Amino acid sequence: MSEPKEIAVRHRVDYTGAKMGMWIFLFTEVLFFGGLFLLYSVFRSKYTLAFHDSAKELDIFLGTANTVILLTSSMMMALSILFVRKGEKASSILCQGITIFLGLVFLCNKYIEWSAHIRHGIYPDSPLLLQMSRGKIIFFSLYYVMTGLHGLHVLIGVCVISGTLLFTARGKIYRDDFVKLENTGLYWHFVDIVWIYLFPLFYLIT
Amino acid sequence: MNPADSVSTESFYKAKGRYGGIFSWILSTDHKRIGLMYLTAILTFFFIGVALGVLMRINLISPGRFISERAYNSLFTIHGVIQIFLFIIPGIPASFGNFFLPILIGAKDVAFPRINLMSWWLYVTGGILIILSIFIGGGAPDTGWTFYAPYSIRTTANISLALFGVILLGFSSIFTGLNFITTIHRLRAPGMKMFRMPLFCWSLYATAWTQVLATPVLAITLMLLILERFFAIGFFEPNLGGDPIMFEHMFWIYSHPAVYIMILPAMGIVTEIFPVFAKRTIFGYKAIAFSSLGIAFFGYLVWGHHMFTSGMSDTSRIIFSLITFLVAVPTGVKVFNWIATLYKGSIQLDSPLIFSLTFIFLFSIAGLTGLMIGTLSLNLYLHGTYFIVGHFHYTMFGGAGFGFFAGLHYWFPKMFGRMYHEKTAKVSWFIMFVGFNVLYFSMFILGMQGMPRRYFQYLPRFHTNHVISTVGSWILAVGLILMFGNFIRALFKGEKAPMNPWGGKTLEWQIPSPPPEGNFETIPVIDRGPYNYD
Repeated sequence: MSEPKEIAVRHRVDYTGAKMGMWIFLFTEVLFFGGLFLLYSVFRSKYTLAFHDSAKELDIFLGTANTVILLTSSMMMALSILFVRKGEKASSILCQGITIFLGLVFLCNKYIEWSAHIRHGIYPDSPLLLQMSRGKIIFFSLYYVMTGLHGLHVLIGVCVISGTLLFTARGKIYRDDFVKLENTGLYWHFVDIVWIYLFPLFYLIT
Repeated sequence: MNPADSVSTESFYKAKGRYGGIFSWILSTDHKRIGLMYLTAILTFFFIGVALGVLMRINLISPGRFISERAYNSLFTIHGVIQIFLFIIPGIPASFGNFFLPILIGAKDVAFPRINLMSWWLYVTGGILIILSIFIGGGAPDTGWTFYAPYSIRTTANISLALFGVILLGFSSIFTGLNFITTIHRLRAPGMKMFRMPLFCWSLYATAWTQVLATPVLAITLMLLILERFFAIGFFEPNLGGDPIMFEHMFWIYSHPAVYIMILPAMGIVTEIFPVFAKRTIFGYKAIAFSSLGIAFFGYLVWGHHMFTSGMSDTSRIIFSLITFLVAVPTGVKVFNWIATLYKGSIQLDSPLIFSLTFIFLFSIAGLTGLMIGTLSLNLYLHGTYFIVGHFHYTMFGGAGFGFFAGLHYWFPKMFGRMYHEKTAKVSWFIMFVGFNVLYFSMFILGMQGMPRRYFQYLPRFHTNHVISTVGSWILAVGLILMFGNFIRALFKGEKAPMNPWGGKTLEWQIPSPPPEGNFETIPVIDRGPYNYD
């Protein structure tokens, strides 16, 4: 299979192509979340007061902590790319490791938040929630779906960064070929940006 | 540009890959093999869809005699889901697009060959899940292909599995689009400027953007519907404070642009065929290229015309109606350019051209009836009747379907290296053309008379037209069988196809039939436009 191999070689150097593909993928992600933001805006204008009240029940401290954590992890991700470009393999691995660690801390916080709500009997279709106002039901459904989908993206990101970390350690991502890491970085920043919107929309609207 | 020296190279069918047997296909990253695998899968699903459609028509000559109410609901649901998500949407881009896009721009493969293979696997998995949903769980889906809430939340039928299948198909479509955009931007041969690309590539480009920018909205909407069924999140359930109209909006935000995913590539195919069979340069190259982008752009802004009777303010209905009319402008530009291309050409009336002319005829009827139902006053009367069904089938089957058949006749010699029997092709065209119009034109009349769509039972005064329509479906089925019989015969017994049977000027005709594994021995250098007949 000499031909495809040659193509693969030609493509590996096509950085612009690989990055273009990633950007287009991120467009689709924006629209994917966009559907949820559309629903959010419609329901928030319909149930303004209920959204306002329900937001008080979210833990603003954990939310703020998670924002700081994700922002820091994004910085670490950017640094790891910088180090790879400079050829400093060990520092890049360290930064990717910290990114993974912060991603996991974020997920732990999310777990703590969700389980507290569930303990209080607030989750979709729960008997307690069904007795509350319609606006509240929708608020918490949106909360679970949007942060859940975002959490899923964080989890996927953690897995992918673990992969790039391995590649960096094995020398497959190095100074002259780091587009995989760069694309992963783009994805991670996207996940970060989604949270930047989710945080005020759910925690800060009280 | 003299790739004729490369005739000695062996066809890609004989290329020795890493794997043998069936794995040399299902694990191949060669765009030509993937294109043919898509073609096989798409046609298989197409025939399942056709069979279901014929069954529906059989029920309608004598409701209740052959098929139960519940089964009828499932029939029109599965027929729609298969023909739309498994046949028409991937039909042309995934099969002909995969096979010919890299060749037409002088590339060896698409930009991401492995993602391309993954798209095919997603497609097949999605297709199998949809077929499975008929047989397992709470029964075959019965909501109609639109999955309107809240019924789709409440029905006991096996909706979730079918929805998951459609979501996978959506991702397959997204990745194909992503691949094509990058391929067109990055892998054009030296000298192949954007405005020297064959116009089929332009239509694929416009389609790819629509696939990328519209499909995610469908994915999230259907995902929410699944969550709705399992966790009662309530977004589309009025009892929980949700809004079913939001489902309609989000569904059509994808599904109207999807109509252009279906039709644009077919327009691209006939644009390739007209210059070749008239031996003339295409008239108005740039106008056609930009009209593709124009259709894709306006296509985003008209979803509301599916919801004129769902509850919407007058202002938004008027705006949606107005933008709907605007779509007709770039479409008209295309039609006039095609006809101007034929003017004073030396016409060679072979089957690809006959199918393309049929495309113009049927699609014009489709477009004009589309303007009728885009008019508010008429829409209120015709909405939810057979008129819509007739219009829809004229666009999708008469337009995209016949465009697909035109492409099949045009490119068959290149893909398989064999010629089909031309006379049989013409006879099958005639039978299909007659059957098609008998089947679907009677639906326009039924709709004007007030026959509602999706009804299992009807008033006696509709009986005659229903019988005529059903007879049309049989004629059409005979034509289809004859056409594909002709192709299958050609695969085994057809004459060997020459390199350039139609006298085409685009790159695919400058390489052997079937093409060698890497398409070109040396990457061609382009110094002129694609339809260089003058």
